[in-house]
Amino acid sequence: QVQLVVPMAVVFGPGSVPEDLPRPLPFRDVQEMEISVNLRTSVTSRYEMRYRSTTGQEEAALAAATAREADAALYPLQDTTLGSLTMYVVPETSSLLPQGINVYVGKHRSALVRAVGSLAALQARLREVTQLMSFTASAIAAALSDRVPNGQLGPDARRNLKSSLGYEITFSLLNPDPKSHTVDWDIEGAVNRYVKPVLDKLSLVANFSVDSQILYYAVLGVTPRYDKESSSFLLSAHSLPHVINPVEARLGSSAASLYPVLNFLLYVPERSHSPLYIQDKDGAPVSTNAFHSPRWGGIMVYNVEAPASPQASFPLHVDVDMARVMEVFLAQLRLLFGLSREEVPPEFLLEGPGNEGLADWELDHLLWAHTVENIATVSTTLTSLAQLLDKIGNIVIKDDVASEVYRAVASVQRAVTKLSLGHLHAAFQASKEAVTSSERAFFDPSLLHLLYFPDDQKFAIYIPLFLPMAVPILLSLAKIARETRQRKKEPTKMD
Amino acid sequence: FQDQAEQFFRSGHTNNWAVLVCTSRFWFNYRHVANTLSVYRSVKRLGIPDSHIVLMLADDMACNPRNPKPATVFSHKNMELNVYGDDVEVDYRSYEVTVENFLRVLTGRIPPSTPRSKRLLSDDRSNILIYMTGHGGNGFLKFQDSEEITNVELADAFEQMWQKRRYNELLFIIDTCQGASMYERFYSPNIMALASSQVGEDSLSHQPDLAIGVHLMDRYTFYVLEFLEEIHPASQTNMNDLFQVCPKSLCVSTPGHRTDLFQRDPQKVLITDFFGSVRKVEITTETLSLDRDVAGVESK
Repeated sequence: QVQLVVPMAVVFGPGSVPEDLPRPLPFRDVQEMEISVNLRTSVTSRYEMRYRSTTGQEEAALAAATAREADAALYPLQDTTLGSLTMYVVPETSSLLPQGINVYVGKHRSALVRAVGSLAALQARLREVTQLMSFTASAIAAALSDRVPNGQLGPDARRNLKSSLGYEITFSLLNPDPKSHTVDWDIEGAVNRYVKPVLDKLSLVANFSVDSQILYYAVLGVTPRYDKESSSFLLSAHSLPHVINPVEARLGSSAASLYPVLNFLLYVPERSHSPLYIQDKDGAPVSTNAFHSPRWGGIMVYNVEAPASPQASFPLHVDVDMARVMEVFLAQLRLLFGLSREEVPPEFLLEGPGNEGLADWELDHLLWAHTVENIATVSTTLTSLAQLLDKIGNIVIKDDVASEVYRAVASVQRAVTKLSLGHLHAAFQASKEAVTSSERAFFDPSLLHLLYFPDDQKFAIYIPLFLPMAVPILLSLAKIARETRQRKKEPTKMD
Repeated sequence: FQDQAEQFFRSGHTNNWAVLVCTSRFWFNYRHVANTLSVYRSVKRLGIPDSHIVLMLADDMACNPRNPKPATVFSHKNMELNVYGDDVEVDYRSYEVTVENFLRVLTGRIPPSTPRSKRLLSDDRSNILIYMTGHGGNGFLKFQDSEEITNVELADAFEQMWQKRRYNELLFIIDTCQGASMYERFYSPNIMALASSQVGEDSLSHQPDLAIGVHLMDRYTFYVLEFLEEIHPASQTNMNDLFQVCPKSLCVSTPGHRTDLFQRDPQKVLITDFFGSVRKVEITTETLSLDRDVAGVESK
């Protein structure tokens, strides 16, 4: 039913063309794969590949010294529409890619791939790269997680944030010991310098609003253990789930918006519990000193250096290194969205996204998953709305509910069409409109089934009222009918 | 490593909600408000924050003019436990507790002007605890002495919730006369239900307090509260233990439960899966490397 089309260009650099090409360059090829989610739902992915050789400018760009420079030079020569990919194949012996690295994935939508002997082997490698850069079968199955039979998906699959029209991000500074530490954090500056570029890039996906607060005397729910060897306090991994709860009651959230909230907490431990480190499952201290919870947010522990001289006056003034803090928080934000770089094969080299926070292809990743999720949600919502209306026959549909339903249906059809043409951006926008309309229709306050009485309740209410009244009325009607019939008969007799 | 990971993800939920409803008004129904507040207190103690609890109380007992101990609601005649506390947040109070509002909260068909605290903003990974108490009969529960909700309407509301995936798993507890009739008609998956009495039986109240002059709590919820006071956020007690609470010798009525719609084995379901809020956490091992010499984006 849903076809995901990825337009791809495979560009062969000089000396990298395999010998067993079926036709001379340039030519087109299509690879289709079916991702079956359950017995009735399946999604087909279709990679439309254009094979060609490099132009003069591209050759010059590929002659750069490092892969990163080549990627930067190739960027203006590429097709950069959302959802498309460009693969540059370099000769097997090329020194552009470091030793042992077969694939270099850039920040945008292109990759440099080392040639392999035959076309089939090259296609296998290309398939790996394209799946990494667009979507994998498991990512699509996770987006459709409520249709997958229970138990088939791994536990990781249902962790990512659900597709929503907006998200609220709250940064909180927790200072449980204001007598010892006066903590200053330039959150506004940090948000402007580090967070805004990332959110601007993600603005295609959803609306983000950011706020911040400072909480005093907010303590963690767990008492850390003192470890003599490292003379520090430790929080073990299995006590972490209980840390969040007492704090959460104090975090608050904006009363006006209904968007999911992502909380990022920075905890400055009390002087009596400093320094505080988080231990992972093997007992080693965690380098980031932070942990996160799926669909909720993240917490980072910021240790304050003990004062050099024992006569230091309290409270100590602490200036938080916002860059270090934001490196962790933004990494947690990526993980909450499901953008992880953990499962990359060792022969792949991924370029870091820098201050933008995520590469263009990671943005595409999100858009593919969210578009599929939106389309699935809309179809489920409209189907269940139709079932509700079937069940309660006398429900009244207001005009605006009806128009929202029509708009939702039109938008979702447009989204599916755009996906089959390979226009990811337009498909995503259409799917967002479809979700908005269908939710507005489904959750309209007038559709409460309580307001529409089932037939047996109507009988139960009206029969006790009308039956006693009806008895004398029917009897007298019968008497009148009998008398009229008798009068009609008599004149004929009386002749 | 493997079983810890399994432990973390066993139930598949990422957040917890609680909808606690007391449906009766008038001073002599003090025990129903005390029931609801005891469950509220346990649920807060085990970690669910107020922002995730929808508390509906049909009448105000703590500040009722007939209350000899104002601003308190006690659960035991020795006045040991004041379940009203000092940070209670009632979301729907007094005449706002109606069948319509209750169904609106469950199905989400709420007028747009409703504030966030009055909404059930659950998603497909939410475990919801729904506790109802009041006066009931075979197939219905009385609201405010003037209207009723039937078991069919309740089952339909849960089905609407399931259709829109507004819950991952749902635990329904009801403490009324003939409570088991309220869960007979459920047909949506992932629902577990407990009731204080079977069809044809009455649920009885616990002891009266002579100073306050009314019965303080119902038996079933009294023993459930005693059971919950032993639970702490890290405990591994499972649902089978909750099913054993209040046997016929103590409760006089026979508590019932229904697990056929629930996919997991009740032995493996922790009490804290519904009554507490134990979050799944992961250690953050990645960082993003930021270029520190970047000028800020001008704020508009």
